[in-house]
Amino acid sequence: MNSLIVLPILLPLLVGAACVVAWRYVAAQRILTLAGSIVYLAVSVVLLERVASEGIQAVQKGDWIAPFGITLVADMFSAAMVATTGVVTLVIVVYSLGSMDRPREAWGYYPLFNILIMGVSGAFLTGDIFNLFVWFEVLLISSFVLLALGGERAQLEGAIKYVTLNLVASAFFLAAVGILYAMAGSLNMADLSQRLGSAADPGLVTTLAVLFLVAFGIKGAIFPLFFWLPASYHTPPVAVSAIFGGLLTKVGVYALIRVFTLLFLNNVDYTHTIILWVGAITMVTGVLGAVAQYEFRRLLSFHIVSQIGYMVMGLGFFTPLAMAGTVFFIVHNIFVKTNLFLVSGVSHRIHGTYDLKKLGGLYRAHPWVGMLFLLSALSLAGVPPLSGFFGKLVLVKAGLGIEQFVVVAAALGVSLLTLFSMTKIWAEAFWKPLPEGTETHAPGAGMGPMLGGIVTLAVLAVVMGVAAGPLFVLAQQAGEQLTNPAPYIEAVLRVRGGS
Amino acid sequence: MEALLAIVIGVLYASGVYMLMRRSIVKLIIGLALLAHGASLLVFTAAGLTRAVPPVIPYGEKAVTGVADPLPQALILTAIVISFGVQAFAMVLAYRAYQTVGTDDLDDMKATDT
Repeated sequence: MNSLIVLPILLPLLVGAACVVAWRYVAAQRILTLAGSIVYLAVSVVLLERVASEGIQAVQKGDWIAPFGITLVADMFSAAMVATTGVVTLVIVVYSLGSMDRPREAWGYYPLFNILIMGVSGAFLTGDIFNLFVWFEVLLISSFVLLALGGERAQLEGAIKYVTLNLVASAFFLAAVGILYAMAGSLNMADLSQRLGSAADPGLVTTLAVLFLVAFGIKGAIFPLFFWLPASYHTPPVAVSAIFGGLLTKVGVYALIRVFTLLFLNNVDYTHTIILWVGAITMVTGVLGAVAQYEFRRLLSFHIVSQIGYMVMGLGFFTPLAMAGTVFFIVHNIFVKTNLFLVSGVSHRIHGTYDLKKLGGLYRAHPWVGMLFLLSALSLAGVPPLSGFFGKLVLVKAGLGIEQFVVVAAALGVSLLTLFSMTKIWAEAFWKPLPEGTETHAPGAGMGPMLGGIVTLAVLAVVMGVAAGPLFVLAQQAGEQLTNPAPYIEAVLRVRGGS
Repeated sequence: MEALLAIVIGVLYASGVYMLMRRSIVKLIIGLALLAHGASLLVFTAAGLTRAVPPVIPYGEKAVTGVADPLPQALILTAIVISFGVQAFAMVLAYRAYQTVGTDDLDDMKATDT
């Protein structure tokens, strides 16, 4: 029947399995992964188009009717996230072809990468809260190995923190799912949405909501639960850092948005006010943390935290406009943040360090790299006409619409500080003369694919800005679906049978 | 029975958190394992304890009442398998970290923090 939704999960699984079979033939793994990610992108774009034209798509696997079957749902938000994943995956695979070292490739980088993408797609598309837990574990386990793969000291130390905090979050998540099931007697999110609306004990529902907030808050790195992120994301190779920084934390935010737009709507005044203020504090602490940093990727990691704050703030506003802005902002941020990490990899390739104090003169030697960095950095800070501007504009407008002036002022201040941080990277790595004692390497082979990936994402940052109008129509569709769960529920509970 | 299990869950969580806060990396992993067990037991208890018959529907009947709910146990089974795999990985990771860093003291693993 409708097997399109299954493909983004099935495809990486098959490619990953094929890569395991071709374990000894790295060249074959590269080709398989590249081909797989191209097909994945095509599938995800078709899915997005289908959802945009025909509305929410849902399918029950295993031939059990909802709410008992394995439900996969693609609403506009899910489809947009899957399409974004498709773009980023392809870019990172191309970048990996040029930048990943042979030992890591030989020890299973490509299979793990594919399984990671399978987990991410599964988390985006599932309509069942326990399946969400399972998909989270799938992506976590592969991310654990990707983070530690290579066994450098910094990687192992970072991995211990990452693993510990994520396992604690998983324990919270599992406990919350268990209590949710005990209370509502269902795990299907559409079904839960109906049951929780008429729950006997609203206080318990709110308690559960906060439990989920903590679980996804750790995974999504919100204040005060983000400390594992800047301690680990800068340790693996750049391609891995980029997929973690660009995509993985956003899965946590996705889950947060999903449960707080679908399940926990009984006590919006209480829960979404907490979320709003947590978002505001997250963006302020993230950006202030970045000020003190002089390691390229650690600085970017703190900015991840700061931008998570914007997304969570959008959820806290909880109006159709704010949700549309949030979706737009998440997509923009995945592109731009990934790209900044990729640029840091180029500087590392040329000068062998991520330390901003030791870098310098990149603009003089490689003006194109400088321009590409500048496009992404200014987009991150929200300078028009780049993509970040429109995301922030809509969020600010939504905030002003419901008179949250303090939070909006914080968001604007954080924007300014973001610009300051980006200027710092620019001045240190690109503008100032190269300090004495820093070695310079010939970029060597592999620079082509690396720059190819960066150019693609930089162009996308411009396109998302220039074509913000048509894209925002899609985001608005997502925003409306997120603030009105009725069509989602209907799409899931109406469908019968599998394919 | 629920009260007893609630206490057991509480003890598991408390000792798990205590172990997480120790400096030794081995105790950290034991702490993670205890937390995972606590969560599993919580799911088991929260879903309701019953002495009812197993949920096997006799041939020819559509449904039976008064049976135990099998779903929480299926959930726990999945969760146990996952946590088993993850803990196995965590042990290998800890051993590799011990080999590379030369200590099992988490306070000496701050190279990535600053």
